[in-house]
Amino acid sequence: MMAGGVVDASDDKAERFKTLALPHLDDIYTLARYLLRSASDADDAVQECYLRAFHHFDTFRGGPVKPWLFAILRNVCHAAYAANARIVYTTDNADAGEVQAKPMWREDGDTPEQAMLRRHDSAAMRRLIAQLPAEFREVIVLREINDLSYRDIAIVIEAPIGTVMSRLARARGMLREAWVAAEGGGQK
Amino acid sequence: MNCDEAKILMHALIDGELDAGHAREVEAHIVGCADCAARLREFQDLRKAMTPSGLRYTAPAGLHERIEGKLPAPHVAGTSRRSVIKGFAAGAGLSAIAASGVLVMVMRTDDQRRVLGEVVSAHLRSLQGQHLIDVQSTDQHTVKPWFNGRLDVAPPVADLTAQGFTLLGGRLDYINAKPVAAIVYRRRVHIINLFCAPAPGSGNRAATMESLQGYNVRRWSENGINLWAVSDISADELSEFGEKFEAALKQ
Repeated sequence: MMAGGVVDASDDKAERFKTLALPHLDDIYTLARYLLRSASDADDAVQECYLRAFHHFDTFRGGPVKPWLFAILRNVCHAAYAANARIVYTTDNADAGEVQAKPMWREDGDTPEQAMLRRHDSAAMRRLIAQLPAEFREVIVLREINDLSYRDIAIVIEAPIGTVMSRLARARGMLREAWVAAEGGGQK
Repeated sequence: MNCDEAKILMHALIDGELDAGHAREVEAHIVGCADCAARLREFQDLRKAMTPSGLRYTAPAGLHERIEGKLPAPHVAGTSRRSVIKGFAAGAGLSAIAASGVLVMVMRTDDQRRVLGEVVSAHLRSLQGQHLIDVQSTDQHTVKPWFNGRLDVAPPVADLTAQGFTLLGGRLDYINAKPVAAIVYRRRVHIINLFCAPAPGSGNRAATMESLQGYNVRRWSENGINLWAVSDISADELSEFGEKFEAALKQ
């Protein structure tokens, strides 16, 4: 190889990484916000995610870049924040049996702010999603907001496609119940 | 199929993840089961209430810069490998006829890779800026004439809405420092840019699929026009797009 090749290659790597990964910043930030439910934690996690992704960019073997970044972000969130108990996964086999007996997302006692938010459909829906247990929240965000295929979701959450399907079915069931409860209890 | 199975599989149906055989089975169950039919409607209503744009967050101002600041900064560009090869080729080309064949091959491959890179960059540019479309129309008979006088070639434009690829419009773009037509299609939330560049004498060439930076590129030539379809959809879907496009033109 030529003498200038080394410098060019690392330049090229950084440039390629930026062109490839940075356009997805809002999507990555969105998942971080839903997973961590905190703007400042999400900010930190996204930075860490991009640094790790760049560090491991050599091992990225093409294909869609978004699931790859999502998977890294998810690991970052787990490693750094699971200790803070911000992400609480119910159990390993949360898909079996009735884990959530009482709906933890039902809102009781409307403050004026909550009432205002409720009038704003998207804001209300964001809150309902944020209140789902983590393993259901993430499949909703990946599927409904990011339009990932089941196969890509399976890559991100490191689970078989069958699990993706059943988890999504339960997640939508929970979300719908919460949605109906919120709409029924609100001004509509 | 029983209700328990249908309860799960109807979600895969909503998401378009079932093959034709399973989709028919689920649909057949739903037609005969009022409970499941009601359930399916409920979930379809829920989906309608979820507009992805309203549920997204926007990264805070400055986060982009902070990340970029932590990545290695670009150096002043040195001599690239390509220009070294070109310089070498120019100097030695005539005197070493035997070697020149090899060099030309190296340069061509290099050139194709560079063009591939430019095609993907043009695709990314179109997504990042506000400049995806110059002429917005779902009508092929509006999009095609728009290029009259703007290009040396009338780009092929096909309406593939019925096949699941919605025509959004067209724009003028540049690849390899030459103006090209970009025809823009949408597949679900994914954009497909179809770049068409005049290439007299290229005739017809069968399609090849390549991947660069996570984007798939299907490249082929037809009647002296080089075409590149670029998107982040899977290679299978992009192949499907290319085949339907070629089929539509032959009709």
